[in-house]
Amino acid sequence: MTTAAAMAGEQMERAKPATMAQALGRALRDSMAEDPTVHVLGEDVGTLGGVFRITDGLAKEFGEDRCTDTPLAEAGILGTAVGMAMYGLRPVVEMQFDAFAYPAFEQLISHVAKMRNRTRGAMPLPITVRVPYGGGIGGVEHHSDSSEAYYMATPGLHVVTPATVDDAYGLLRASIASDDPVVFLEPKRLYWSKAAWSPEAPVAVEPIGRAVVRRPGRSATLITYGPSLPVCLEAAEAAVEEGWDLEVVDLRSLVPFDDETVAASVRRTGRAVVVHESSGFGGPGGEIAARITERCFHHLEAPVLRVAGFDIPYPPPMLERHHLPGVDRVLDAVARLQWEAES
Amino acid sequence: MTVQELPGAAAYRPTPPPAWKPLTDPAPLLPDPEPYRVLGTDAAADADPELLLRLYAELVRGRRYNAQATALTKQGRLAVYPSSTGQEACEIAAALVLEERDWLFPSYRDTLAAVARGLDPVEALTLLRGDRHTGYDPREHRIAPLCTPLATQLPHAVGLAHAARLAGDDVVALAMVGDGGTSEGDFHEALNFAAVWRAPVVFLVQNNGFAISVPLAKQTAAPSLAHKAVGYGMPGRLVDGNDAAAVHQVLGEAVARARAGGGPTLVEAVTYRMDAHTNADDATRYRVDSEVEAWRAHDPIQLLERELTGRGLLAEDGIEEARAAAERMAAGLRERMNADPVLDPMDLFTHVYAEQTTQLREQAARLQVELDAEQDHHGQSGPRGAEGGR
Repeated sequence: MTTAAAMAGEQMERAKPATMAQALGRALRDSMAEDPTVHVLGEDVGTLGGVFRITDGLAKEFGEDRCTDTPLAEAGILGTAVGMAMYGLRPVVEMQFDAFAYPAFEQLISHVAKMRNRTRGAMPLPITVRVPYGGGIGGVEHHSDSSEAYYMATPGLHVVTPATVDDAYGLLRASIASDDPVVFLEPKRLYWSKAAWSPEAPVAVEPIGRAVVRRPGRSATLITYGPSLPVCLEAAEAAVEEGWDLEVVDLRSLVPFDDETVAASVRRTGRAVVVHESSGFGGPGGEIAARITERCFHHLEAPVLRVAGFDIPYPPPMLERHHLPGVDRVLDAVARLQWEAES
Repeated sequence: MTVQELPGAAAYRPTPPPAWKPLTDPAPLLPDPEPYRVLGTDAAADADPELLLRLYAELVRGRRYNAQATALTKQGRLAVYPSSTGQEACEIAAALVLEERDWLFPSYRDTLAAVARGLDPVEALTLLRGDRHTGYDPREHRIAPLCTPLATQLPHAVGLAHAARLAGDDVVALAMVGDGGTSEGDFHEALNFAAVWRAPVVFLVQNNGFAISVPLAKQTAAPSLAHKAVGYGMPGRLVDGNDAAAVHQVLGEAVARARAGGGPTLVEAVTYRMDAHTNADDATRYRVDSEVEAWRAHDPIQLLERELTGRGLLAEDGIEEARAAAERMAAGLRERMNADPVLDPMDLFTHVYAEQTTQLREQAARLQVELDAEQDHHGQSGPRGAEGGR
């Protein structure tokens, strides 16, 4: 191949769209290549490459000692990862589905989240727990939970969730490199979302804990993360017809929470709607709405509203479209932001 | 008409599977029918006299340590103390079989094992005093933090041992758990992972008869806790937990086996918790004195003392010397525990994350305002624990 042809090929690769799943896999691969202490473990992550194929090829490239098929036991997976981290490794654990991560809660809450604190900084645990989460994929029960509120309520954990292909790569790299434990929530219905993305020139990502304005606007702010970002962006486009110019903030990280970016946006627009799939009662939206009210009360033209999943166990797949917040429900909330006061 | 009789059913009959055989031969994994004993048996002749004398001195010291720590709860110097009185042989042997590079994973009842490994008793008791969660640097001493949620430290031991093995390091992890802990899911998962990975781990179950108040018969229907090993494909060993020489030998063999790449072992040491669960518990509600007295006749210190004096290895002066050394330890511990720990409330925020979050910085600033107000209000005589550090 001539140099010109090679360059053209490279150009083509750059232009080629990649899925979030591919970007996540590449982030794991690059982290493992860069740091020999990074180990991947979980159910089916080796030979199969994971049920979502995120770990595809890792066992082949790095050997089964670095990408390990474990026995089927989530507490055991995370518990042994704790011991591995105690010995100086940097484990990345895959929980196969949101609702299958629950057996590991005791390890996560009593040990992973607390070890730095219990040992006064002597033994932090740099563990990343990857959890595919959320619905919208037609999954039968126990495959579609939005479990972020459980993790958010546990001091000592970082809770990170990407919504774009770039962030999937950048935030996973940053999570693995973090000396704190990170629960990395992967919105599984975005696994196959595509964007132009080059693994050779991944976009640099700011440190964990920075939200980003995905769409600037002046009328109101939609605050969201993970699987609900595309819904909010679509709603913002549809809102143009109604005469609303909506700003969309992607939190990217629920813990640490970026009060600064959120408050700055709401102070600009004076109105806010929090959008997520997770149930509303006791969900992230309540915390976010409270934080906005505490910081922006005098800038608010209307109460902060929440658009969330209903307070029900996740429904069977044939009914899930009625449960998941969609564009119409978001626009309906925007319409209730007391616009009449302005006219 | 059954499925077999349906026309054409034969064509759908699956091919028979290959001949079945067990993954592991269970026979060599089975524990002895009775707890293994050394003291008072022929095996005692092979025991190293120097080791027996060392064990004796440590048992005497350990018994005194338990008494002193219990006394400290009555003086308000410890929030709580789960005593290992009666179980000293297990605690001491677990500490002595390990090399310096090995790791110990204790439960909350195992501070004595940590002390016998060389940890400063004040550091071992810090958790129970209530000023810090862990009083020592686990990596410096290769002693994991004392673990309160039952059996959850066992998978940590497996992961650490596995990581050490992957690194080519000659390190063994010894994890301690009680009879109640064997009912926990983490016990099962840890043993399963250890066996599958052939991790260099030794699991020591101290079967002391009770999980707080619940006797073993309500905990398991297994022939013995050691038998559980067979289901995981690892050897189970049953040993008299009050026979220090026997526990030392059995644990030593398990450690050697793990170090040589032979994989994990489950050791059940049959012993008895002479004291209540903790100083806050009332054991008379669930057991009778005659049972306690029967175990008193099988006391670990007496067993070893009888052996040593009978063989002329120990005389009155040696006994006195061991007791005097234990008294010195207790006096030192008492004196040091009588000092009020100096605490800085602002430390609450220091070790939550590597870097304090904005929210924690805000909360720390609020606490600082409260502390300053307290200081102004009380002048120099601020409340206990509020003074200090910065």
